[in-house]
This record gives sequence, C-alpha cells and structure tokens, in this order.
Amino acid sequence: MNINTAIAKTYVTSNKKLTAVAVMGVVLGMSIYIFMNCMLVGFDKSANSSIFKSTSHIRVYKDDEISKPLIEDNSAKPIIINPKTVPVNNTIINPNLVIQTILRQKEVTVVTPQVNSSVFYNNGKSQISGLSVGIKPDEANVMFDIKSFMVEGNFDLLKSNQNGIVIGSGIAEKMNLAVNDNLNLTSSKGINRTFKVIGVFKTNNSAIDKTKSYINIATAQQLLKEGSSYITDINVNVIDPENAENVATKIEAITGYKAEGWKEANATYVAGNKMRKIVITFVSFTILLVAGFGIYNILNMTVSQKINDIAILKAMGFKGKDVIRIFVTQAVSIGIMGVIGGIIMAIILITILKSIYVGGDIGYFPIDYEFKKFVQGVAIGLVITFFAGYIPAKKAANVDPVEILRK
Amino acid sequence: MDTILSTKQIDKYFHDPTEFQVLKNISFDVKKGEFLSMVGKSGSGKSTLLYILSTMDTDYKGELYIDNKLMTGLSTDQLAEIRNEKIGFVFQFHYLLPEFSCLRNVMIPALKLGKLSEKEIEARAYQKLEILGLQDQALKPASKLSGGQQQRVAIARALINDPLLIMGDEPTGNLDSKNTAIVFDIFQELTRNFGQTIIAVTHDEDFAHKSDRIIEMKDGRIIS
Repeated sequence: MNINTAIAKTYVTSNKKLTAVAVMGVVLGMSIYIFMNCMLVGFDKSANSSIFKSTSHIRVYKDDEISKPLIEDNSAKPIIINPKTVPVNNTIINPNLVIQTILRQKEVTVVTPQVNSSVFYNNGKSQISGLSVGIKPDEANVMFDIKSFMVEGNFDLLKSNQNGIVIGSGIAEKMNLAVNDNLNLTSSKGINRTFKVIGVFKTNNSAIDKTKSYINIATAQQLLKEGSSYITDINVNVIDPENAENVATKIEAITGYKAEGWKEANATYVAGNKMRKIVITFVSFTILLVAGFGIYNILNMTVSQKINDIAILKAMGFKGKDVIRIFVTQAVSIGIMGVIGGIIMAIILITILKSIYVGGDIGYFPIDYEFKKFVQGVAIGLVITFFAGYIPAKKAANVDPVEILRK
Repeated sequence: MDTILSTKQIDKYFHDPTEFQVLKNISFDVKKGEFLSMVGKSGSGKSTLLYILSTMDTDYKGELYIDNKLMTGLSTDQLAEIRNEKIGFVFQFHYLLPEFSCLRNVMIPALKLGKLSEKEIEARAYQKLEILGLQDQALKPASKLSGGQQQRVAIARALINDPLLIMGDEPTGNLDSKNTAIVFDIFQELTRNFGQTIIAVTHDEDFAHKSDRIIEMKDGRIIS
C-alpha cells in the first residue's frame, strides 16, 4: 500500500467516532437525496397516469378562425372593425387521410378519432348536462386504458351495442343508474335518444365522473346530425409524453390543424409539477450539501489536530500533493462508506414506502427504485465529498513546517 | 575531507512586525563526518540558520550548497525530495505519528522514498532500532513509549534513509540528563563509526563542548 494511503487509512480508523459521525452524515444525506428524487419520479408518473386517463398526449382539432380584414394593409383603415369567429364547421375534413398522415410519424404510437357532443342526461325529472364522447372502443381503450378504471359492467360490450353507453360513476349515483338501465340523452342539436347503460367508470376525478360518458363514435355523429366523416378531435399518443409538444408542432405543420400537446392543455398541472420538482431537488441537494459540510468540518478538525504530523511529514520530504492526497483519500473513503450506506438506506426506505397503501386511485405509494436517481445521487455525493476533503487538504498542504516545528 | 554543506553570505530578514535582520553574512562549511554544535543565546539566529540549512526555509539571500549542489532557488517539491533522501531530522519534540507503531514511524521516510521494497525497509528499520536499543519496542504504538525512547525512535527515523546529514533542533532539550547522555552517545557513535554528519542546535553547554566543533552565534553573526 502506498504510504499516503496507509496514513489516510490510519486517520480514518484511529478516530472511529469522528469517522462514524461523518459517514452517518453522508448516509443520511445520500439516502434522503435518492429517496426524495425517486419519490419525485413516482409522483410525476402517478400524476401523469391520472391525467392520461382522460387526456391524450396530443389533441388535433379544428380551431376557430377569426375573420380577417379583406385588405391586408396596416396603413389603411381595416374594413372589418369588429372581427368575429368565421362560421365554419369545426370538423376535420377527410379525417382518415389526416389520421394516416399522423400515423406515419415515427414518434406516434396510437391515433384515434373522437366526436365530442354536449348533452343532457335525462332520467325522469332529473337532468344533468355533460359531455358524451364518441369513441372507437378498441382504440380508445389502448389510448386511455379505460378498462382499468371501469367499476361496473363490461367495456367490450360497447363495440357490439350501438345504443350502449358507459357513464361516469357520478352520473350513475345521481340518477340512480345501474348496468342495463336505460338513460335518455338530448344532444345540443335537439336529438333525443335512449341508451342502455352497459358500464360505469370511475376516475376519482369527480368533475369527470359527474359529467362524462362514452358512446360509439357513429352514435355520437348521429346525435349531432352529422355524417360518418364528422370528427371533432383526433387523439394522438406518442412514445415519450415529455416530447409531446415537439411532435404537436410537427403535426400542426403537416396537417394544418391545431395540434395541442397535453402540457399546453394542462398548464396549471405542469406548472405545479415544475414547482414540486424545484422544491424537492433543492431540498434534497441541500441535505447532501450539508453532509458535505459534515465531512469538511471533520477534515478541518483532523488537519488542525494533525498539524504536527503534517509538519514532520513535510520536513521528512512529503510534498504538498502528498499531503493533499492523504486528506482527500480520507474524505473520499468516508464518502464511499457513506454512499454505500446511503444506497442501502435508500433501498430500505423505498421498500418500506412502496408497501404503504394510500388509497384513492393511487393505491400503493407511488415510488420505485429509479436507477438513474441512484447513479445521480452517488455521483453528486462523491463530487461533494471530494471537494469537502480537498479544501481542508489544500490548507494542510500549505502548512509551513518551519512555523510548526520551531515552536 | 569532503565538504558536505556550505553557505555563502546568507542574509535573512524578518519582516513582521518590523524589518529586522536575523542573519548577517553567514558563510561556513561543514565537512563530512563532523559533529557540529551551534550555540548562542535565544534570538541569536541559530535556529533560524538551522531551518535555512534544512532547506525548509527558503526565504533568505545568499547561497546554500548541500553535497556540492546549489539548493537556493529550487522548488519546494524538489527540496522535499532532497530532504527525504539526504537529510534526517531530530527535533526537541519527537513528532512521531502517535497512531503508528514505532517500526512504522521509522519506516515512513523510506516508504516515501520508495527505493526499497516494504520487506527490505522493515528489515532496515529493525536494524536502526537495534542500534538505538529499541528492538523490543518496535511494535508498540509510538504514544506508549517514554520520552527518551520516543526521542530515540525519532533518531532511528532520521537514520532510515542513510542521510548525508542529520539536523537536530535542540535534540536533547526535552530530555533528562540520563537520556541526554544516551542521545549524545548515539550521535557521537554515528559520527565516529558510521561517518555521519550532524548539525545540532543546542542550549546545553556540556553537549556542545563534547562535540567536534562549535559554532557560536551572536546577533546574527558567527562569532567563533
């Protein structure tokens, strides 16, 4: 063993209490850092999955157009002084072609058309206004995983029953409906139609559960007095939801229709996520930094205690960089012990939390072993310990032996 | 006889708190195998001179030659290497590393030099400890020894690389008369039987008078 390493090792092992305190600091900092960051990833995943129950990554639709001045001349007075929405149909023209075009993008995984219709649910005297969504049951299930939040009935029956309807649990409760009951719908175009309830879903988002229902796309078109080419929305899912905004821009350029990514549509939620991320990252990093200060303190103390050793070593021919190596080795040894302990502790913490049932639509606490966060924690931890050791080591290297030995 | 160390017109100033010349025009030679004592009152500059000779203090004017090589102007790293190989130190306090065994303490400078294998170094360290009558204490932690023993371990450590020079700053300053006698005998034996050169700063008149040569200093000058 190199003599520098041997001396460092002796310093680490001879004062076990100090070393243990420093290691504990790193263990705590490390484990909390990894733990909090894994939790952050878990929160994001769970929140996203609840959003994606009712929202696709990208929604393509025909946006309202504002009438433009007839003469595009800024110097002249505009001819239209009170522009209004141009009365165009909000349908997507030739939806099949648009769908084919979107499907050709390599980032895209699922594309499904949708017809939204504002409706009144009528049952006896009670009436609820809501939104009936016309879908292709198979494709919509792939996209939103509707089956996973069905609480009653069989979603597959919607395919074979044109008069079938799957309603939110809030509607079912208010109107006292169960599977196989009848439900009358009035559309915004004044069409009345009776549906048979074939299922009830529950997203735990009460605004959705109280208003939303799924019907077949063809039936929805009939409710709106439209033909089979009438499509209000095309829903698109992509491989990486984080990248949805870019793909949306691309789709918008290709198809000419408005394509809106989920982040744009859920700006409040995204902002909330960002704030959470900033807070957790800041707090966890600070904790790790505090562990670094622990090492720094203890190293500083060692340097002061061992100032005579340092002086005699330098007198005997140890160079400044040898002294730095001794103390950095000591710091990094503490760091490595702490990192290993921290990883173990983080795994234990995550394992415990994973098994806690929190209920709601979340179920078990949303946390998992995120390999990336472990690596990140270890890297940051080691860098911090290195510098926490380097600064006092540099001080030790600059000790003037004459000053110490002449006393 | 060969000259092992020589100084040419060394001047040294202290700047703090006020400008003050500690050493004035110091020029002398040390021959191989000499046992040299430097004496003088406190503040006469003898310790300051010793630390310049030791190469640890580089803030001086003039020239210092060790083994006919100019030391003045070398980098601190180069000087560290030279100290490691050519100079052994004995101070008033032993400055042993308390967590290490005596053997290990003696071995450190040789391990640093890295010319021999650890096995060979260990054998040499035992041999040096034997010269100083400490072979039975070899494996004890340095902090468990008596003051006299510790000082002898420090001498063994100074000897491990067979240095050209041994420098002592009050090497017996902290010892009782019995241990002083032991240390003095060791030094004498080293110069007589092993051809070692020793430069020691001391307050001890007896110690100085028994050595081969005395340099007496006063107010920063060599007066005899």
